[in-house]
Amino acid sequence: MLFKLASLFMHPAFKYALIVLALLFPLFASNEYQIYVMASAFVWAIAVYGLNIITGFCGQLNLAHGGFFAIGAYTLGLLSADYGWSFWPAFVAALLMTALLGFLVGVVSLRLKEHYFAIFTLCVGFIIYLLLDKWEELTHGPIGVRDIAAPNGFGLVDFTQTVPFYYLVLAFLVFAMWFMGKLSRSLLGRTFVAIRNGDELAQSLGINLMRNKTMAFVLSTTYAGMAGALYAGMIRFIGPEEANVQHTFDMITYLLVGGIGTISGPLLGTVGIVWITQSLQFLEEYRMIIFGPLLVLLVIFFPRGFVGSFLTWMHRQSQKRAAPSKKKESRVSTGKGVENNA
Amino acid sequence: MNLFFQNIVNGLTLGSIYGLVALGLTLVYGILHIPNFAHGALYMVGAFMSYFLMVDIGAHYWVAMAGSAVIVAALAVICERLVFHPLRHSPPIHDKIAAIGILLFLEAVVQMFWGSDFRRMSSPFTGIMNFDGLIIPEQRALIIVGALVLVVALQLFLRKTMTGATIIAMAQNREGAFLVGIDANRVAMMTFAISGVLAAFAATLYAPINLVYPAMGHIVIMKAFVIIILGGMGSIPGAIVGGMIIGFAEAFGGFYISTSYKDIIAFGLLVLILSVRPQGLFAKGAH
Repeated sequence: MLFKLASLFMHPAFKYALIVLALLFPLFASNEYQIYVMASAFVWAIAVYGLNIITGFCGQLNLAHGGFFAIGAYTLGLLSADYGWSFWPAFVAALLMTALLGFLVGVVSLRLKEHYFAIFTLCVGFIIYLLLDKWEELTHGPIGVRDIAAPNGFGLVDFTQTVPFYYLVLAFLVFAMWFMGKLSRSLLGRTFVAIRNGDELAQSLGINLMRNKTMAFVLSTTYAGMAGALYAGMIRFIGPEEANVQHTFDMITYLLVGGIGTISGPLLGTVGIVWITQSLQFLEEYRMIIFGPLLVLLVIFFPRGFVGSFLTWMHRQSQKRAAPSKKKESRVSTGKGVENNA
Repeated sequence: MNLFFQNIVNGLTLGSIYGLVALGLTLVYGILHIPNFAHGALYMVGAFMSYFLMVDIGAHYWVAMAGSAVIVAALAVICERLVFHPLRHSPPIHDKIAAIGILLFLEAVVQMFWGSDFRRMSSPFTGIMNFDGLIIPEQRALIIVGALVLVVALQLFLRKTMTGATIIAMAQNREGAFLVGIDANRVAMMTFAISGVLAAFAATLYAPINLVYPAMGHIVIMKAFVIIILGGMGSIPGAIVGGMIIGFAEAFGGFYISTSYKDIIAFGLLVLILSVRPQGLFAKGAH
């Protein structure tokens, strides 16, 4: 019975149901604030998908992700506020900027083995924060950037309104998820997972480690940049604290709770936690008292997060069922690779 | 000329503190292969424990330092038992994330009790020594001497005692150590306890010339990582030499280049070193 119910979530139509639900959300949200919270959860989810590419698929813990998010936000913010660019060209520039910086950082850091990559990126994140805070001629320093352009609706839509902006973010999120799904089924995505399972093993299969890791890293930072730029367009005011390492830790928590390396995990983890912390206001202040032990408990007991653990459970159940007859081949992958379902 | 010597004193002070923190980090890495991102949080807790014992309870500076060392050592052992021990067979990404979890938790708990304000902690050593125009505040002298004493004591402990010998044996050859019947759990707990003690001492020594606040561990831990990469992960002399290099780079860089960018010097140095020599400046060795 439980299995039957659970397998509904595995149905291909489930994701369309989710999209319809998201499209209808503004209709049954009780106030505009809820729509706003959902839109910001979606923005974070896009960045978490980026983290999923490099950390989930490739197995490299990137601790500069919040920094790249901030680079995206600042590129858009500074170009529009100081140089008068309108939103969309500045948005494209933000994507190019984060991709370029991701490429430069990746080329240097991805050669590093074991823990060095995490330490290196931690320092990169901190350098980004310090530069945003201290380089006042360029970044305005601690006072931050004001008057950031809102997305241009070309006279058709007004994206300064919450509901149109919500749909804009949703469109980007669906695109980000669609691309992630495509990626996970592609040769490239499977190459990433092979790298996660071991550098030497991947190399022995003839995989070019550097090229693939750099590709994953650039994709990941571009996702972060996209999220950062959307965030700047939504809040329209940013400061150096956008690059605070706390944001990176938040995103790691979202990713781990949802399910590292899965397709739907990052979204469910992000939306779930953002909603829980928003609805229980007292949690906002002390959320790290809960997030900290949560991270520890997850890596000890549920290293694959809720979605990942769920998929593993489903896989075991379906094997149990299939074992006597051996008729049907399981649709779910072994639980080690990329999850295409749910 | 005087300013030059003043900068040397400042470099020595900073280098001593960074060296002590990096020493604990490098011991844990060298023996257990855990990059303990939570080490900075242990340092921060050490400062708050001393502050608590001194300001709230009224203990003497030395008593507060000892008490803080005991508490932080116990805390480090608890982290090892509850978190890192269950994860010893997990993929390496897991203990990094778990360490971040500990870091977030400790910071949040301290913030809950003491708030996020900056606090001042005084020490009984407020005097100033004057050597023919060269001025050295007593607390800075204490830091330099204290670090020296701790490093010598650690060396004596590792070289002259049986417990120290088991720790070194495990650092040199894990499998060999198991073969001769060394209790890995005991060594792991001991290593974490020592790293906690060093962090607490460093924090208590440094707190009177700095400020006490929940985020105080961030920069220190990142610099400690820079140091142990510079000195070779797991190398004790490397941690001390690396600490001095960063301390001096910061003191002189802050004076001759720019104060606001002095924190970037260490991280820029790291990025530069790892780009050129991914294995660190000095060859990696256990000791």
